[in-house]
Amino acid sequence: MSLFASPLATVDGLSVTLEHYLVVAGIVFSIGIAIALSKRNAIAVLMGVELMLNAVNLTFVAFTRFSENADGTSVLTGHVFVVFVLTVAAAEAAVALAMAVLVYRRRETVDLDRLNLLRW
Amino acid sequence: MESLGIIAGFWLLAGVTIGASLAVFAVRNLLHAVVFLILAFVGMAGLFITLSADFLAVAQLLIYAGAISVLLVFAVMLTPLANRDNSNSLYVLPGGAFALAFATIIAFVAIEVDWHQLRGDALGARSFSTTVAEVGSALLGPHVLAFEIASVLLLAALVGAIVLVHEDETGEAA
Amino acid sequence: MRLRLPFDTQIDAPSRFPTGIRQVIARPPIPGLKLAFIVLNVIGLGLNVAIGFVVASGALDDEWYDFRDLGLAVGQLREGLDDRFDPAVSYVVTMLIGGVGILSLIGVILILLPWVERRLLARFQVRRGPNRVGPFGLLQPLADAFKLMQKETVVPRGADRFIYFLPPVLVFIPLMLVWGVVPWAPNMTYVDTNVGVLYLIAVGSLSTLAIFLAGWSSNNHYALLGAMRTVAMMISYEIPLSISLLAVVLLARSMQLSEIVAWQADHHAWFAFLMPFGLFTFFFSSTAELNRTPNDIAEAESEIVAGFHTEYSGMKAGLYLAVELGHAVATGAFVSTLFLGGWSMFGLEQWVPPYVILGVKIGLIYFVLVWLRSTLPRFRLDQLMAFAWKFLIPLSIIYVLVVAVEASIFARWDVPGLIPLAAYAVFNTALAWVLVRRWSGLMGYHPGSEPLRPVMATGVGGLRAARQLRGEA
Repeated sequence: MSLFASPLATVDGLSVTLEHYLVVAGIVFSIGIAIALSKRNAIAVLMGVELMLNAVNLTFVAFTRFSENADGTSVLTGHVFVVFVLTVAAAEAAVALAMAVLVYRRRETVDLDRLNLLRW
Repeated sequence: MESLGIIAGFWLLAGVTIGASLAVFAVRNLLHAVVFLILAFVGMAGLFITLSADFLAVAQLLIYAGAISVLLVFAVMLTPLANRDNSNSLYVLPGGAFALAFATIIAFVAIEVDWHQLRGDALGARSFSTTVAEVGSALLGPHVLAFEIASVLLLAALVGAIVLVHEDETGEAA
Repeated sequence: MRLRLPFDTQIDAPSRFPTGIRQVIARPPIPGLKLAFIVLNVIGLGLNVAIGFVVASGALDDEWYDFRDLGLAVGQLREGLDDRFDPAVSYVVTMLIGGVGILSLIGVILILLPWVERRLLARFQVRRGPNRVGPFGLLQPLADAFKLMQKETVVPRGADRFIYFLPPVLVFIPLMLVWGVVPWAPNMTYVDTNVGVLYLIAVGSLSTLAIFLAGWSSNNHYALLGAMRTVAMMISYEIPLSISLLAVVLLARSMQLSEIVAWQADHHAWFAFLMPFGLFTFFFSSTAELNRTPNDIAEAESEIVAGFHTEYSGMKAGLYLAVELGHAVATGAFVSTLFLGGWSMFGLEQWVPPYVILGVKIGLIYFVLVWLRSTLPRFRLDQLMAFAWKFLIPLSIIYVLVVAVEASIFARWDVPGLIPLAAYAVFNTALAWVLVRRWSGLMGYHPGSEPLRPVMATGVGGLRAARQLRGEA
């Protein structure tokens, strides 16, 4: 079973290169930053963080696809990175949402503008 | 990566992912935003498939679209008195401007730097059989320490999440 | 002693309907049908014998007209198209063939299955089932579909329209997706991914979300309750499902479904024999994922109206019912593929087409599912969750550890395969027996201390007599 084989015909002159994927990942990352910086609800901020982590995963996988070792063998270190990022994202989402629910229990709000007890 | 299928797939999936991400920012209802986030996750999984990362695509679907999305919906449901209109705080304009600047910088760097990437025939079939086997060997080989630490991290997160929301019989929270 | 054949139906009971309603009571046997039946069977038998001779002579192997494996014909077609046209054409053509095949399979299943289920359920309950609408009630599913289509879909007033209209579509998508990875014959898998097993789990977890959104958006307490219970149950049972599949993958050393079936065919050993507890765990967790009795707490009709699809009417509800039935057959396909050998049958697949063998196995598993539905009472939600978390998950983990050790021994040992596999089968069965008894004792269930047969209160003279029997006041 050959991996990475393209089954379809090629289109002359057009191709999808690493830059395409990096730009897409960059756009999704910046949308994630916009969401994380500008939303009021803590859960919405968490959604932005998840988008950022997804963009990072895409970057890793794109680099793995388009690169190889010095001696010509292929390397899947990027995929291993992505496995760890997935793991950490899942763990962090669970704990962050548990904290959001806990904060809601005390203060009856998850509005980040109102959670300002530590302000000066 | 010159085949018609991958090109069409990439543009379609990239459009879906970016559109869904913009929708997460723009819709007025928090639950609709979660649904669009799920669509973004699925689009990402499709992009992984165009990059021939089959294991990661399925893992992304399983973890993000299957589990984290359910977590998010549960969190939205367990906070009924919070405002769910996905409104923006005061920092929307600086945040948006910063995000735009960041996207421009990343796009500039991505396009201008010579990444020494593989092109054409060098992107053909590889010598190993499955990504799963390779990732598995790597996890139990060179990266075994990170693997073990990740399992401890998951255990800590599991126990932590349970302890955080646990209530005693008297109703005392953690 | 007269042989009662299916085409002479004579109901001898007198009609109790008033005149004016068309009475469909006594249908005399159609003349000549008996003879036609016998002749057709003889011709079929002759045809089978002739085909058997052709197959045994080996003239059929690996040719495109080898109907035992339709993948060979498609492969030949693909090579022919590759020679003449663009590679893209052959890809699109095979994609269309497979896609149309799967969709027609789903269509046939959804048309036939409600009839099968209702007649079978009725037989278990000592009644006849639908027999009015067509011959033997065969048009009943079409009548149901037509009725649902012409109903007015009532959208509840406070419902969130965007999220309300999404779940019926969203819940149909996994049903279509999972049929792609089923291996029907050695060369007949539509999408033969390297991660087939993980694909199953991932796609199965997508329907959880759809159900939750359905319950949420209905603006109805019962719907939300049903949705919560369903989601809790489904995510709890995903874990034993995945762990039992992990045991299978460890021994087969591949996640590719066709590889797993090929392993079972080559080693002449089904995973059902090698890991019976894994089969039980997978089967039971699948009934929980399917929301079928005994695990249908989600749509317990007697408790919370209709659970998460209370507020759905018309074809939307029809889609939910259809998906549930279709998923039941898909589960049958996966249990057969992973644990019961798929298209292999210890050599029979040379004579009978492998997809027919797989179809028979799917039918058997579906029969067992309907049997469970008609026989067992419903479990309570806390019983279900306790069973998943305190019983299935620890035992599955222990089982996976044992199977991992066995798999590594099997990979390194150099004896002919059947000896260690037979030893594993015996050991795993004994281990399952011992584990189940000890662990359930640990969990507080002591079968010796409870009476074996429940005594119905009316059978012994009422509740007071039952209490006296049991030794209470």
